[in-house]
Amino acid sequence: MPLLALNNISKRFGGHQALDDVSLTVEPGEVVAIIGRSGSGKSTLLRCINGLERPDSGTIRFDGRPLELTPRQLKTLRREVGIVFQSYNLFPHLSVERNITLGPTAAKGMTLVAARELALRVLRMVDLEDKIAAYPQQLSGGQQQRVAIARTLAMEPRLVLFDEITAALDPELIGEVVRVLDRLARDGMTMVLITHEVGFARRSADTIVFMHQGRVWEKGPPDKLFGAPETVEFASFIDAILSVAPAAKQRVG
Amino acid sequence: MGRSFGTAEFLFLVKAIPWTLLLSLGALAGGGIVGLLVAILRTSPYRALRWLATGYIELFQGTPVLMQLFVTYYGLAVLFNIQFGPWPAVLTAFTLYSGAFLGEIWWGSIQAVPRTQWEAAECLSLSFPKQLWYVILPQAARISIPPTVGFAVQLIKNTSIAAIIGFVELTRAGQLMTDTTFKPMIIYPIVAALYFVLCWPLSLLARTLERRIDATLGIKQHF
Repeated sequence: MPLLALNNISKRFGGHQALDDVSLTVEPGEVVAIIGRSGSGKSTLLRCINGLERPDSGTIRFDGRPLELTPRQLKTLRREVGIVFQSYNLFPHLSVERNITLGPTAAKGMTLVAARELALRVLRMVDLEDKIAAYPQQLSGGQQQRVAIARTLAMEPRLVLFDEITAALDPELIGEVVRVLDRLARDGMTMVLITHEVGFARRSADTIVFMHQGRVWEKGPPDKLFGAPETVEFASFIDAILSVAPAAKQRVG
Repeated sequence: MGRSFGTAEFLFLVKAIPWTLLLSLGALAGGGIVGLLVAILRTSPYRALRWLATGYIELFQGTPVLMQLFVTYYGLAVLFNIQFGPWPAVLTAFTLYSGAFLGEIWWGSIQAVPRTQWEAAECLSLSFPKQLWYVILPQAARISIPPTVGFAVQLIKNTSIAAIIGFVELTRAGQLMTDTTFKPMIIYPIVAALYFVLCWPLSLLARTLERRIDATLGIKQHF
C-alpha cells in the first residue's frame, strides 16, 4: 500500500489553474523528485500534501486514510509529514536546541531531557552537533538549512517534504545540504522533494516527476526519463537547465 | 497681589509628578492587559472576535480622549449611582484609551512577524495558542518595544487632560498654583519643563531601541 496517494488533485488561484488533475503515489522508502519550471504547480502540490493548501477537488490518502483537513486531523498529519522550506524558517529568537526541541516538547509532550537527547541525535545526522547552543543568525545559510532539516527530523515523520531547499543558498553551500539529502535517501527515508539539483535527482531519486502547467507531464525512474525524454517540454526543460547552469551539467555527468 | 513663586511653590508642583506617573503607569498596566487581549483577538481565526477588537480600536482612536474621560466620569456615576472621585474615572478612561492604542501597536507587531514563522510553527504540529506563545509573541514583543515606549511618552503628556475633572496631577497642580500666584508665565513653562524631563529620556530610549532592534531582527516595521 502506498504511504501517500494523490488522486485527481486540482487547485485554482483566481484565474490561474495551479494544479490540474494531478495523481501521484509514494511508496514507503521511495524518494520522489519533482522538477519543473517555476509556476508549474510544484510548490502548490507539496503544500497540499501537508495541508498548508486545500485542494479544490480530488482526494489525498495518507497511510490509507483519506485527508479531510479537520483541525484535529491536521495536527496528526503534521506529526507524520514534515516539511523543510526554501528559506529555512528557523525561529530567530530561539537557539538551535530550542528550535529542534520545541515541536517534540510543545506538540508531542516529550520531556525536555528526552528532547535534548533527540536534538543531539538529529544534529549528528546533519553534522552540526557542535552548533547546538548557537542562534540561527550565527550560522551560514547551509548550516541553517541543515538545522531546519534536523528540526523536521526531530518530529520523527514518516514522510518528509523538501521545498526547493537549496534554492536560496550560495552555490558553495549547496553541497553540504545535498550530502545530507543523499544520506537520508540512502537510510530509507520517504521523501518528496522539489529540486533543481539534477545531479541529486539522478543519483538518489527513485522517481522523477516533471510538472508542467499544473500537470504531471512525465514520470519515471531517472535513467529512463533523463535518458529519453518523451515530450518536447521536458526535453527543452533539461536543455534549459544544462545551458544556464554549467555547474549542473557537471553534477549530472 | 498673589503669593510669590518660591521654593515651596516649586515643590508643590514637583510633588504632583508622582500622580502623573502613577496615572500613566496604571493606564499602561491596565491598558497593557486590554491591549494584549485586543491584539490577540484581532489575530484570531474567528471573524466575530476580529471585528470586536477592530471596533474597539476604531471607537477609542476615533474619539477625543477628553470625551472618553467625560463619558467615563459621568457614566460611572450613573452606572453605580454613586459619585466617585476623579481617580477611578481617570484610571478607567486612560486604561481603555491605552488598551486601544497598545492593541493597535501590538497587533501591528504581530503582523510584522513574517507569515512563514506561523507556517513553520504550524508544521511542527503546534496549536494556535502555542504558535502564538512560543513563536510569534516573543518576536512581536521585540518589534513592539520602540513604538510602545513612544506611546508611553504620548500617554504621559495626555494624562494632563485629567486636570479638567479635577484630578490633581502635574497640570492641575500648575493650575492651582496659577490661581494663587497669578504667574501663569512662570508656572506653565515650569510645568512644561517638568513634563519634558519625564518624557525626553523615554524618547531617547525609544529611538535607541528602535535602531538596535532594526539592526538585530532586520525587520522594518509597518503600522
